[in-house]
This record gives sequence, C-alpha cells and structure tokens, in this order.
Amino acid sequence: MRFSEIESHLGKFTVGIAGAGGLGSNCAVSLARCGVGTLVIADFDMVEPANLTRQYYFADQAGMLKADALKKNIARINPAIKVIAHNIKLDESNIPTVFKSCDVVVEAFDSNEMKEMLVEIVQMRMPGTPVIIGSGLAGWGDNETIISRKIDDTLYVCGDESTTAGDEMPPLAPRVSIVANMQANTVIEILMNK
Amino acid sequence: MLNNREEEFSVPTLTVNEMLEIKRFSFRMRVIKINGVLIPRGMYDTTNIREGDNIQMLYLMSGG
Repeated sequence: MRFSEIESHLGKFTVGIAGAGGLGSNCAVSLARCGVGTLVIADFDMVEPANLTRQYYFADQAGMLKADALKKNIARINPAIKVIAHNIKLDESNIPTVFKSCDVVVEAFDSNEMKEMLVEIVQMRMPGTPVIIGSGLAGWGDNETIISRKIDDTLYVCGDESTTAGDEMPPLAPRVSIVANMQANTVIEILMNK
Repeated sequence: MLNNREEEFSVPTLTVNEMLEIKRFSFRMRVIKINGVLIPRGMYDTTNIREGDNIQMLYLMSGG
C-alpha cells in the first residue's frame, strides 16, 4: 500500500493522547508523521529541562505548557495535522468529554493511579473505544523485555509491565520511545483495520 | 482461566478481593477484566468469580 493511501486513510481519524510526557509526546509525534488526521492532547504540566531526557520538547521550550509546546512541535513536523490541545488535569468527570470524538485513546500518564483511573473510565464510559496502555519503561537495556500485547479488542498494553520509573531507575529516551512507538504502531494497526 | 492459564480454586465462587489474596497478588495498581468486562477497583469486594470465568489482569507500572 502506498504512503499516500495510508495517509489518506489515517487522515479520517482522531486519536486521544492522555498525557504529554515521555509516552504522550513521542507517541503523538509518530502519529503526526504518519498522518493521523486529528490529535486530542491533554496535559496540565509545563516543560522542564529534566523532561528533555525523554520527552519530545526542546531546551528553548522550558516554561511552556506541554500541551501548547507539543502542538507547536507537531505543526512544525506536519502542518496538516489538526491538534486540539487541552491544558487541563484529566479526571473521571472530564475524560469522556475531552476524548469524546476519539477513535482510539492512548494512555500516557506517569502515575499508576492515573493509569488505572483512565482505563476504568474509558472502558466503562466509552465502550468500544480501544485504549492502549503504557506500563513499564524505566532504565536502559533489556530491549527484549519490552513487549506489546492485545488483551481484547478494546484493551492493549505496551511496555515491560514490571519496571517502575523513579530516581534510582529513571526513564530514559530509548526505552520510553520504544514503548511510545509501540503504542503508536498499535494505534496505526487498529486504524488501518477500520 | 487467569491470564490465559487454567486455574483452580478450592471454593466454587470467590470475590475478586479473595482471589487476589489467595494468589498473593500484591497491592498495586492493576486492571482486571472478567469475561471481557472491566471490574473497577470499587467492586472487587462485591464481584464474584465463578467456574469457567475468563480473567485477564495486568499491572500498571508508574512511569510515562
């Protein structure tokens, strides 16, 4: 299949990205490069220099809101992509509204409590909408432990499902980007089957 | 079935919380689906697992 056909097909869809950190920023960029028509990105946080070890931002964006900075970065990569940027903290009450029009939702939070909350809300209040979880991406090496699996038609997980990111085992660009791109690849797979 | 492996419990039915205790699954953030239906954390005490149920469980690790 030629890229122009792929791009034309993907252009019809909307993907939600819950969190614009290591997973969300890298996943969003890959989806934009492929031509996914609309990205709905939500994050309340600001770009900090420490984020640059893995997040798709630049040193001169320190202090900018992540949702805005990511929207700008995507516009520079592929101006044809529509980005709806929400500078908010997602919770039980706003998730169904923010991601209402999405064909797929990418879970890209940092905290595991937020991950659980998002999965519960999307599975229970947006039935039929696939959610792609990112779980386990800390440290370096161990490429072979990073996997992608399908639980069922609405639930997928990418990551090593065992490492916790923290000060003693920080998240670094390679493993984080691998997981984020497995999530993006899963999104493309779902959308190409629609 | 638990995560695609056959499992047997000595009781005919048990709650999700009881299953987690018996299997010594530690206190962590997780997703549990029984027969394709997500069971929210708030219902672990009141949701029963029965003979033939298909349970999928995954751990959610912080980082992202």
